[in-house]
Order: sequence, then C-alpha cells, then structure tokens
Amino acid sequence: MARIRLQNIAHSYVGDTGNLDDFALKKLDLTWDDGGAYALLGPSGCGKSTLLNIISGLLYPTRGKVYFDDREVTTLPTEERNTAQVFQFPVVYDTMTVFDNLAFPLKNRGVDGKEIRRRVTELAEMLDLQNDLKRKAQGLTADVKQKISLGRGLIRKDVNVILFDEPLTVIDPQLKWELRSQLKKLHKQFDFTMIYVTHDQTEALTFADEVVVMYEGEVVQVGTPEELFNRPNHTFVGYFIGSPGMNILPCTVRGDRAVVGKHEIPLGRIYKESTGETKLELGVRPEFLTLSTSSDQGLPVSIGRIDDIGHLRVAQVSLDGLPLSVVVGENEILSGQSGHLVFDTPHANIYADGHLQRGEAV
Amino acid sequence: MERQVNQKGWLMVLPAILVVALNAVIPLMTVVNYSVQDSFGNNQFFWAGMSWFVELLHSERFHAALGRQFIFSAIILLIEIPLGIIIALAMPRKGWGVPVCLVLMALPLLIPWNVVGTIWQIFGRMDIGLLGHTLASLGINYNYTQEPIAAWLTVIIMDVWHWTSLVVLLCYAGLSSIPDVYYQAARIDGASRWAIFRYIQLPKLKRVLLIAVLLRFMDSFMIYTEPFVVTGGGPGNSTTFLSIDLVKMAIGQFDLGPAAAMSLIYFLIILLLCWIFYTVMSLEDDEPQGGVL
Amino acid sequence: MRLELQNISKLVKGDPHISDVSLSLDAGTINILLGPTLAGKTTLLRLMAGLERPTSGRLLVDGHDVTGVPVQKRNVAMVYQQFINYPNLSVFENIASPLRIAGLPKPEIESKVHKVADLLQLVDTLKRKPQELSGGQQQRIALARALVKEAGLVLLDEPLANLDYKLREELRKELPKIFSQTGAIFVYATTEPSEALLLGGNTATLHEGRVSQFGPTIDVFRRPDNLTTARVFSDPPLNTLPIAKKNNVLVFKDQVRIPINGRLAEIADGDYTIGVRPYHLYLKAAEGTAAVAGEVTVTEITGSNSYVHVDIGGIRWVAFARGIHEYEIGTSIQVYVDPTLFYIFDTSGKLVHAPALPEGR
Repeated sequence: MARIRLQNIAHSYVGDTGNLDDFALKKLDLTWDDGGAYALLGPSGCGKSTLLNIISGLLYPTRGKVYFDDREVTTLPTEERNTAQVFQFPVVYDTMTVFDNLAFPLKNRGVDGKEIRRRVTELAEMLDLQNDLKRKAQGLTADVKQKISLGRGLIRKDVNVILFDEPLTVIDPQLKWELRSQLKKLHKQFDFTMIYVTHDQTEALTFADEVVVMYEGEVVQVGTPEELFNRPNHTFVGYFIGSPGMNILPCTVRGDRAVVGKHEIPLGRIYKESTGETKLELGVRPEFLTLSTSSDQGLPVSIGRIDDIGHLRVAQVSLDGLPLSVVVGENEILSGQSGHLVFDTPHANIYADGHLQRGEAV
Repeated sequence: MERQVNQKGWLMVLPAILVVALNAVIPLMTVVNYSVQDSFGNNQFFWAGMSWFVELLHSERFHAALGRQFIFSAIILLIEIPLGIIIALAMPRKGWGVPVCLVLMALPLLIPWNVVGTIWQIFGRMDIGLLGHTLASLGINYNYTQEPIAAWLTVIIMDVWHWTSLVVLLCYAGLSSIPDVYYQAARIDGASRWAIFRYIQLPKLKRVLLIAVLLRFMDSFMIYTEPFVVTGGGPGNSTTFLSIDLVKMAIGQFDLGPAAAMSLIYFLIILLLCWIFYTVMSLEDDEPQGGVL
Repeated sequence: MRLELQNISKLVKGDPHISDVSLSLDAGTINILLGPTLAGKTTLLRLMAGLERPTSGRLLVDGHDVTGVPVQKRNVAMVYQQFINYPNLSVFENIASPLRIAGLPKPEIESKVHKVADLLQLVDTLKRKPQELSGGQQQRIALARALVKEAGLVLLDEPLANLDYKLREELRKELPKIFSQTGAIFVYATTEPSEALLLGGNTATLHEGRVSQFGPTIDVFRRPDNLTTARVFSDPPLNTLPIAKKNNVLVFKDQVRIPINGRLAEIADGDYTIGVRPYHLYLKAAEGTAAVAGEVTVTEITGSNSYVHVDIGGIRWVAFARGIHEYEIGTSIQVYVDPTLFYIFDTSGKLVHAPALPEGR
C-alpha cells in the first residue's frame, strides 16, 4: 500500500512538442492517500486511461514525476511497481484452473506451496469463488472472470495500488450491483489504495471516497460525491454528473438575483455583475427544481414530455423556450400543460465562463 | 452464434466437388483398380486379389522405406516446429522490421521444390559448392554422395531451410492476434518470460500450431523432389523415402500392381496419422490441465 | 407492416435458445426486448431478421408466412452494438450505400440521405470519414444507414452499449423522436431496465429464451404478471422475500412480522414471495409502514442518493434513499416497508397482488 503522488504530470503521445494541443494530459498535480478509494471520471478521450497507464508504468509521462510514498517511480517498469490491474475485458489464463490463476502471482514470486494454498483458499472464500477453484478459467462467465482478475491483485500483500479500467463494462446490470457492493466491501477489508477509471458516474460515485473529474486532459474538479453533486466547480461537472445533468441557463446577474430573459431568480448570495466579456450562466440541478400548481410562486413554464423512469419522473419543461429538466416524485400529480417552476435558492449556482462563482453572503 | 444451415450452400460448392472428384477420386479409384491386378504390359491384366498388399506388408524394402520416412518426418517436426515458434517470438511486433522480416521469411517458400534441390545439390558439392568445399578444406569429411549421414544432414537442413518459414509465418499471425492486455496483466503478475510463453502464448497458438503440424507432417511425409534431386535416394538406399521408393517401383520397374498397393497403404497411413494428430491436439481443449499445485 | 411471431422456438444442438415465443408487432411502434446476457435477445432479433430459421413456429408479415425467406429478400435493417461503418467511405457514402445497392437515381439518393442526416444531426459531418468522428456520431451513421433504407423492420441490438454514459443519455432522449418520424417497426434489444423505461413503447421481458410478458413498457413495469418479469425489469434488483401469510400477518422465519389489512388481508393464507422495489424500502418509519430488521452489508452514495445494501436473514436487499445515508458495515438497522406497495407472487411466481397505480395516471 502506498500514497500516490503525481507531480506536474503531462503527457503527449507525439513527444514534447511544446504545443499544448498535442498533450493528451495537460499539467496535473494529485495526491492520493494510502488506503483510499478514488475514481477517475470523464468521457472517452479525456485522458483518464492515459493517466492510469502512467500510474501502472505501462506509459512514462512526457513531463512530471510519479511517487509511490517517497520513492520516485516515474520510469520504473510495470513489473517493479507492485501494482495490480483489472482490465475492461476480463483477462484470465484460460488453460489454468481458478486456483492456479489466483496462485499465479504468488508462484511467480516464489512463495511456498503451503502459504499459497492457505492464501488462495482464504481469498476464494471472500470472493465467493470457493466452489470454482478446480474449474478451468476458460468457460466461466464474465463476472467470475473479473473476480479472478481482481483476486490476482488482492492475493499479493505487497501491492501498492489496485487499478480498475472500466471493469464492469461487460457485466450485466443486475450483476453490476452485486460486484460493485462486493468491491466496496473488499476495499474496506483489504485497505488497498484503489483507483477506478470509468465514464459511468454511478460507478464512480458509489465506489469512490473522492472523485477526480477529467475533461479534455485536465482535472476539472476533485471532490467527494456530495460536493460534486451539490456544488459542481464547472458546468461540465454539472452536466456530466447527475442523470439528467444540471440545467444550464444563460443569464445576467443583478445583485443577489439572476436575470433569465424577463424573469428574476433569487440566489441568496451577491455576485459580481457581468462585464460583458465573461459569459454568465445559471446552473441548477433537476433535483433542486419543483413544479408548483399555484401561481403565487415560481416562474411560469409549459410542461412537455414526462419520462417515467420508475423511481422518479423527469418532466421536460420550457421557460420561454429554454428547455429544462425537472425531477418530479413518483406520486406527484401534474395536471395540465403549464405550471410554475420553483428554484431551490441555495442550490442555484452562478458560473462565469464555465467556472463556479463563490459570491458573497447577503 | 450458430450459422444457419443454408441448402443453397451445397450448390455453391458443387463445382469444387466435381473438380475434386475428377482430380482425386477418379485417379484414386484407378489406383485401387491397379492394386488388385497384375499386368505384363500390353494391357493384359490378371486378378491378384490382396496378394500385393500382403506381399508389401511383409517386404523388408517397404519396412525400411517406411521407417526412414517416419524418422525423417519426426526429425523435421521436432526441428521445424520449435524453431518456427522461436523465430516467430523473436520477430519484431511493430516498426520497419516487420515487413522486412516477413519478406525474408516468405522468400524460401517462393522457390520451387526442384530448384531448392538443385541449389543444395550444388551448394553441398565438395568441388565447387560453397558449403561442401569449405567443409572439405576444414578437414571435415562431408560427401553427401558417399556418406549416408552427410546425405541425411543435407536433406534435413534443406527441408528446414525451405519450410521453417511456413511455421514462422503461421505462428507470427497467431501471436499477433493476442491482445496487448494479456501481456500487461502478465507483467503485473510478475510472470517470467517462460510463464508468459507457457500460459498465454502457447494456449493462444494452439490452433495455429495444429495447422502447422498437420501441414508439415503431410508435406514431409510425402517429400520427393528435393532428396531426389540432391541424392537420388542414395547413397545406397539411405535416403530412399517412401515416395522415392514408390516412383522407383512404378516408373523404374513398371510394377504397377505393387506400386498401386503401396500408394494406398501410404495414403491410409497419412490419413490415420493426421487424424491422430488432430484428435490429440484438439482434445486438450476440454481436458482439465495444470491441476492444483 | 405487421410482424407476427407464432410459437417460435429455436434449438441449437438440442439446446433451447428460444422457447415458444409469440409476439405481434405493429408498424410505428418501438418494441423493447429486455433481458440479461444470454436471455436470447440476439437470437430473437436474428430470427426476426431471417438470419436464422426457427426450429418450429411461424413468422408472418402482414399475414404472409415468411418463415423460410432469407434476409436478403426481406425489408429489414439492423444496427449492432459495434459501430459498423465502411471506414474508407465518407459519411455521406456510408449512409447512401444501401440506396446505391438498390440502384436508386442520384437526386433521390441525395435527398434521402440529407433528410436522414438532418434527423440524426449528421449534416455537418457528411464529407468526413467515420473514424474521424466520436463513437456517438459513428453510431448515428449506422442508425442513419438503417433508417435511409426505409425498411419496414429495424432491429437494434444494444446499439448504445459501447457508448459513454452521457452520449447514451443524449441518444436515448432523441431516439423516440427519431423513431416516431418513421413508420417502421423498431425492435430494440437492451439489458438495461432504465433504457426500456426511457424509450417507452412496448416491452417484452426475456428470460432464458422465453418471453415472460409483453405489453406497454410502463404497464409491464408497474404490473409485472410474474416474478420473473419483475426481477428482469428492475434496476437496482428487486428485493424479494419468501413469506408465509396467516390471517393479518406476513411472516419470514422468526425475523420478520408484517401486519397487513385491507385488500392484502383478503388473499388466501399460504406461502408467497413478496417483491419490494428498492425505492419503496425506507430508512425512516412513516405512517402505515412496518419495520424489518437487518444488517448493513455496504452503502453506496451517489452524491444525491444512497443505496443501502441490507442483509435480511441471509437475503440481500437494497434500499434506495434520497440524500446521504452512511452506515458502517455490519450495523444493525431497521428498514421500513409499506405493505400496500408490495408485489405479491404465489409459489409458482404468478402475481396475486400489485400496488395500486398512483393517481392521475
């Protein structure tokens, strides 16, 4: 186990040209504590896999340094870093039994047979693999193969970090639930530093204590799931996290009010007025909007489609032509084509050129 | 997903079946016909029954040729398959080296059999051949026209030179199809070079190797042109393999009956051995392997 | 066009891959095949396309038997999970390819391609090559190619599975609109219940090669006929518990006693399985709820919501709750259920009681 520190890491696949556009990863500085659960979240092409490969040593960064605890490992090859990795598509040794698969990393390191047997048996119990130990890995289902991949990491006590590269991609939704909660439990039991790369917000948020959101080679926010949800630092985070994503409306600011078209929305905080150069936007999550039938509060909107997704419904409403999503409860009654939209003041955020503005208390 | 059995498919392969029938089945039937008859020229044929077969199976000449043939094929497989794998493993995976290696590997395969034979025949001559002359001047007695061992060595080295490329190309194709993540996972697991070969490369190469073994076995078991050109089956009968013996019998001695019987036995042996290879090598797929420590 | 499957079965090497499926699909509808991997979704699509021939049963198009008719002779388009495009052709040529094969005149091809490109927001990319575009756009090309044929039957096999989460969300939102503008029968295979709900239309739940229910999506979700359907159509997984009903209580081992009344109490005494949706499992008591004791196995927090996994006498339940609820692993807690929101299935898995539908629907 180790604390992982990335110092001024940047990477370009075409070499250090000096041109920032060539860099798949722009400058980033991160520290991950020993035993933590972290997620790297972002759309494809955001550089998260590049970063993962830099940590595992499959790739050496163009610039910057990687430290495991206080040891620099920037150009150390993979096999000397003591990392473990679970890949997107299950990698198992087909011709070996499940037992031999789990024992493989220990055998390679010359651990004695008795010790191997003890540890494999113990781990198999934790992974629910005890009944499959004698089976060949070839014919197993994808979820069991992923467990074996993970097991090959967990079996080693000296692992610095376990890396996950979209490990649930090929797993059925129903089984995802099981594997995810099992993974979370294993993390608690083993206390390994774990880094989980994904484009799926649910996986990232449920797994990690801290999520790193990446966009176009840069880190846009690092925070707990709660922070990312309540106060996204960037409109991209607002859009990317949450389903549906945050509503973003162009606006101007007047004191503690946002002006959208001819409507005013109270913000509870005072913001600098726009200078004309910066683009101001109001961001509010669908969860923090309510539809009211009475006309004494809120802004008049017309209600369009309502998507019923089981535990909640999402109404598509239009505020003078601006589309917004509103989460409405399972049993909430919506009547007619129009309603009044009420903003939850503490959760209405102002963004200037995409970046969150703090504002001042009234 | 299981493919739909399309009846129209048969119509498509019908021309091929007809060609194969004309090419293979009809000559085969002619051979069967010859094998149960005796002839004295002038197209006079007599019924001979199974006597040619019985005689052949008891003939020492046949046993010797068959034995030589087996030894030859075994040596060829034992050298070419491992050597092919080793060369394929050593070949570069990317960069400018790939096309260069591939072309170099393909070259021997493009040369006709009799030319290969001629090349080696001259190459090995003690008077003008580069190899033969060099060895002779070093004091090594290398004379493939006199020494059985030298003759064997020549034939084997020639075949290895000619055909190892095929195994290399097949293995290289097989290796290229292994996804990179397998190697990454193995590195992370701390696997040795040997473990990577044993648990990743070899299992993934199995199907390709099956084809390579079958092709090389069949070809080496039927080898004719090259040794015929180089040694003519000699010195003595030391490099008279089954096919050479067969030709001697059929064309040299005009013993069409025994030659036909021998062809059939020859054919059945190849068929049987191929079947054995195939079953053994594809059987392993379902067999539990490795076991618990 | 109307596609009818009558008692379709497909055996592969003696193994039933599809068993006795009967469905009737109308023009202009979206029909979702929902089920886990290996449930038979792809096989069923291939049977509908004519890529495979059923072992038994008949396939009718507008009343005509087309069972043995191969795919080339049917008016079918298919979209796969992988983005399948011609890499060396421009987007325009990719979309136009089925029309070129059909030998349509040039101006007609132009106008049709532009119409479809407009619908799928590909107009700006027509001159580019597929691999220069994002995965979402590549899949749009494949969709456009399927739509431009104006096939009567469009089959989609998990078309969004290889896309990023957010791209999936966007396309999901657009697809119903796109589908409604053509008159074809759409059949859409997916493993994700939420996808089925977002697309609407009709849903057939598939389990081990059988269709367990077919009907309007929201109805299948709200009133599953049987336990299999309820399980397949639930994400997070449905919480179930085998219980014994005796007069006014539901009992599970010594652990759970849930008092019931009204419509529920009228069900005959005996053994049943109850199903509780994760978002009907509460962490706080409310009026009309009963407590169930359990132990927390893990909690997952998504920022706005929590999933609390609870072990109820060896059975795994998941509670979905708004807000942040963090529990240590192994904590003993009470979760609360509202019996009026129970799905109750008899021992054969048949539905005997479902919660009343919310008002106003």
